[in-house]
Amino acid sequence: MSRLAVPKTYKLYIGGKFPRSESGRTYEVVSTKGAFLANAALASRKDARDAVVAARGAFAGWSGATAYNRGQVLYRIAELLEGRRDQFIDEVVATEGASRPSATKQVDTAIDAWVWYAGWADKYVQAAGNGNPVSGPYFNLSTPEPTGVVAVVAPQSGGSLLGLVSVLAPVIVSGNTVVVIASESAPLSAITLSEVLATSDVPGGVVNVLTGSPKEIAPWLAGHADVNALDLAGAEALDWVDLQISAADTLKRVLPPVVGIPSPSLDRIVAFTETKTVWHTKSLI
Amino acid sequence: MNSSGPSALAPAHRAIELIGSDLTEKSLRLHLEGLSGVDAVGLEQRAASLGTRSIKTTSKAWALDTIIRLIDLTTLEGADTPGKVRSLVAKALTPDPQDASTPRVAAVCVYGDMVPSAVEALGSAHGDPDAGGISVAAVATAFPSGRASLAVKLADTADAVAAGADEIDMVIDRGAFLAGNYGLVFDQIVAVKEACRRDDGSYAHLKVILETGELNTYDNVRKASWLSILAGGDFIKTSTGKVSPAATLPVTLLMLEVVRDWHRLTGERIGVKPAGGIRASKDAIKYLVTVAETVGEEWLVPHLFRFGASSLLNDVLLQRQKLSTGRYSGPDYVTVD
Repeated sequence: MSRLAVPKTYKLYIGGKFPRSESGRTYEVVSTKGAFLANAALASRKDARDAVVAARGAFAGWSGATAYNRGQVLYRIAELLEGRRDQFIDEVVATEGASRPSATKQVDTAIDAWVWYAGWADKYVQAAGNGNPVSGPYFNLSTPEPTGVVAVVAPQSGGSLLGLVSVLAPVIVSGNTVVVIASESAPLSAITLSEVLATSDVPGGVVNVLTGSPKEIAPWLAGHADVNALDLAGAEALDWVDLQISAADTLKRVLPPVVGIPSPSLDRIVAFTETKTVWHTKSLI
Repeated sequence: MNSSGPSALAPAHRAIELIGSDLTEKSLRLHLEGLSGVDAVGLEQRAASLGTRSIKTTSKAWALDTIIRLIDLTTLEGADTPGKVRSLVAKALTPDPQDASTPRVAAVCVYGDMVPSAVEALGSAHGDPDAGGISVAAVATAFPSGRASLAVKLADTADAVAAGADEIDMVIDRGAFLAGNYGLVFDQIVAVKEACRRDDGSYAHLKVILETGELNTYDNVRKASWLSILAGGDFIKTSTGKVSPAATLPVTLLMLEVVRDWHRLTGERIGVKPAGGIRASKDAIKYLVTVAETVGEEWLVPHLFRFGASSLLNDVLLQRQKLSTGRYSGPDYVTVD
């Protein structure tokens, strides 16, 4: 017996909820062969604004959580990703036209990358911080702290899930909150990842996922005064020099575009932190 | 207090003109109970439809500046200090230091004992908001509960007026109102109005807070609005901001309709002040639309309409910065209150 398939209309992920785009716009997600797969929301600048408000609201709680807690929350997401492994593989096959073995490899690599970054939650401070020698009876400690709200343009080609995970995990592991623009042509794994996040222990607003055109939304995030850093990983096709100039007006940290997908590295974590140095007297006993 | 006897009430001239010279508890009650009931569904639908207007670009710029001009910038905390009042006044004078074209707010609203600090901090800027100055409004009459004897309430009011308050925000006795003692509520408003009299014979403006969140029904809000106007209130104000729900659009619409009816009846203009819970520019713009559509645009001036708010101002400033720079601004670019 044949049955009618139920194509899904995907929405945005902002503040732990799944709203439609404020603009009411959607776009069709198609396979590499042009077959209809799903409708996705086409985010507008106001959705980006709302996402920044949600991310700012979540920052105090997420950055204030202990490193151990953040590590556990992130590890729990890896467990959920594992549970949805088959769905991710199907979506990668459908949207990217990848073969099943290469899709499986991508999903497994993405889950492994997530676990790798989760492990850094309670370790990056020791690796990136320092006890500085000073000429006096003081401890002088430099430690990295999360910078705030980070806007990210996810890699637009070459692995939609792995690309997203590779830019998302290093940002939130240190306590930042994030607004990420997913791959425009292959947003399904980003939306499924949102569904994973919504049912995990990550507080609403820590990760906000916009689907739509990076060309349209990125300039608004780059110029937004309440965004503290900008990761242009997937922006090589945009006028990213203009985005950098726009970001400079409000002193944002900016990571330039990368070719392909950034491989896991401590540098990506440290890039979105600020170093705080404190002096403390040594005991006179 | 005899709530149903023929005891005469304080001779407020508005009430005498409308109800007659035999102004008693009974005649007042008959008058208030003769008001038609409120169609709650219709009221809420009307308010909801007024909230759907799209206000963009130049209209929005005008609306944002108008909102700032109509704000009573408020701090009503137990922890208020003279320093906090000074910084509130500084913000009232220069809401956005990065943009000199930002208008000033209408007034600062503080507790009675903080009036001298506010007056001193304002200095020469202290004056009528319609003439470019900033007024000092003081809450009085055992704000926010109103649970004190009349003598205490009057002393509270007279103190604030003597210290230089231009406007008095009084609370009505909700307990008496809900118990049906309309005469008591009426007499207290008349007495407080008299306590607003300055030595030179002029009066501080009297805003009467109905605390609509405690009145339970729209019918009661209409009665209380009517009662406050009859007793001599210059303004009717929704809430203290200490009770939830505070100002809502339907309640404000209802009060504006009473004000409109009063204007048609007597030609006299009464002010309205929604207060509490209005935090976003978008919400405030809905109130502007409601005022313009109900009583007319001429009500959008400081002596006829105010917003009682504190955090609203920051949101309006963010929106203003967005309009002038073309970029979204953030809370780092406005003061922390």
